Amino acid sequence: MSRTLTHRVLPRIAATAGVLALAAGLAGCQPADSGASSDYVTDGKLTIATGEPAYYPYVIDDAPESGEGFEAAVAYAIAEQLGFAAEDVVWVRTGFDAAIAPGPKDFDFNLQQYTVTPEREESVDFSSTYYSADQAVITIDGSAAADATSIADLKDLLIGAATGTTSLTAVEEIIAPTAGAQVFNSNDDAKLALESGQVDAIVVDVPTAFYITGVELDGGLILGSLPEVEGATDEWGALLAKDSPLTDEVSAAIDALREDGTLDALVAEWLGADAGVPALQ
Amino acid sequence: MLIGAASTVVFALALWAFVVNTPGWARVQDSFFDLDTAVAAFPRVAEGFLVNLRILAFSVVGVAVVATLIAFLRTLRGAVFFPLRVLATAYTDVFRGTPLIIVLFLIGFGVPGLLQTRISTELLGTVALVVTYSAYVSEVIRAGIEGVHPSQRMGARALGLSHAQTLRLVVLPQAIRRQAPPLMNDFVAMQKDVGLVSVLGVVDAVRGAQIETAKYADFTPYIVAAVLFVLLAIPTIRLTDWITARLRDREQMGSVV
Repeated sequence: MSRTLTHRVLPRIAATAGVLALAAGLAGCQPADSGASSDYVTDGKLTIATGEPAYYPYVIDDAPESGEGFEAAVAYAIAEQLGFAAEDVVWVRTGFDAAIAPGPKDFDFNLQQYTVTPEREESVDFSSTYYSADQAVITIDGSAAADATSIADLKDLLIGAATGTTSLTAVEEIIAPTAGAQVFNSNDDAKLALESGQVDAIVVDVPTAFYITGVELDGGLILGSLPEVEGATDEWGALLAKDSPLTDEVSAAIDALREDGTLDALVAEWLGADAGVPALQ
Repeated sequence: MLIGAASTVVFALALWAFVVNTPGWARVQDSFFDLDTAVAAFPRVAEGFLVNLRILAFSVVGVAVVATLIAFLRTLRGAVFFPLRVLATAYTDVFRGTPLIIVLFLIGFGVPGLLQTRISTELLGTVALVVTYSAYVSEVIRAGIEGVHPSQRMGARALGLSHAQTLRLVVLPQAIRRQAPPLMNDFVAMQKDVGLVSVLGVVDAVRGAQIETAKYADFTPYIVAAVLFVLLAIPTIRLTDWITARLRDREQMGSVV
């Protein structure tokens, strides 16, 4: 055989064949079926996820382990219903995108003010709802929106909201500003824009509105709450992986908490300031 | 040609077989490549993409002007220009070192607060981009200027041209032509960084994709935005290749090893 064939061509063919065989072999490999040893991420522990950071009044001081804050308290109440002691609850943090990504999750369920919508239910599971939130419009002294008394007054102004929230849907569908909604990465950025005068008003959940105007802003004002968006209920549910085996159990736990009045008591304790936001027409 | 085609087909089939047989493929396909979500998300992503294009157009012009100015200041000779050289150096150090997103926050939220007046977010975003990218591009241009052979400058002096005339008529044209590939590189990078302007509140393609992703709990809108960006980058990249080839023919007699 020629020298080129044995020294150049054949080794290259052999190498290529080797790589393809390796690829085919790896593709053919399926992981051994682990079997349903436990529905929970960690045996014997309940792993709950929340936001990074977790905001007041849903979690106080970004420390859900303390059980302080509306969602932290609801989480421990659900854990008790499912038969877990408080010490067996493990907290992890996720952003929104990590919670909806395909693949195994590192939490059993995720509590982060998620609104249940039919579009989202095609990709993730939701438990029964535990709270229904209204959206409120807030502004600051000296802003063009400070004198607004109706939704029509807001139409020509710049209204901000955080991305991926029901607040944004409320801005776009109920206020429908002519300049379009100003969309920010988070409520913090929207509040910053409000303070520097780049937007005239922002829309957030009612409990958050009380916190921002009462504590964070100088001269903050709540203009009023917005009516519900057509076809969207703005009810919050715990988020679980699609077709998770825990969805029914967690839903049953929340339903039990609603029936015995625990949910109402927690709302009154942590979100009691809810009362008294005028409705904007 | 035939071998190239056959090799491509075999490679593509092997890659396809590998991907489709991975355990999570069905879920990833639903989550990242869902056609219905792509169609539903397209209007908002495309509308945001127009914002990207607008900001890009103005940024390119701004960067070209400011970067040339900074490069000019840095290459001034003579002790009397020392403060200008130092300022230009400090500018490139600070703005190449600071992440673009921090510059965006500082300019986008700080400047209106400082001036107590509302400024268009697209303008603020463009300013932040121009300020950051001219630091990079000015260094590229300066390298080009300093890479022009000294004989060119000496020849210009012999003809009686002043420093400014030499720069304008002899050095800069050669420097820019020589630096066309790195400059195009920075241009393509800037096309993508325009997306960061969305932190200021204006809805661009990436922010539009993010909103739609949150609405459908599906990542396909990001793929739609990525496709639009790639479609924008490909003509630019091919243009760069063509310019480089022309340069090679013209100045190096088409020498390719």
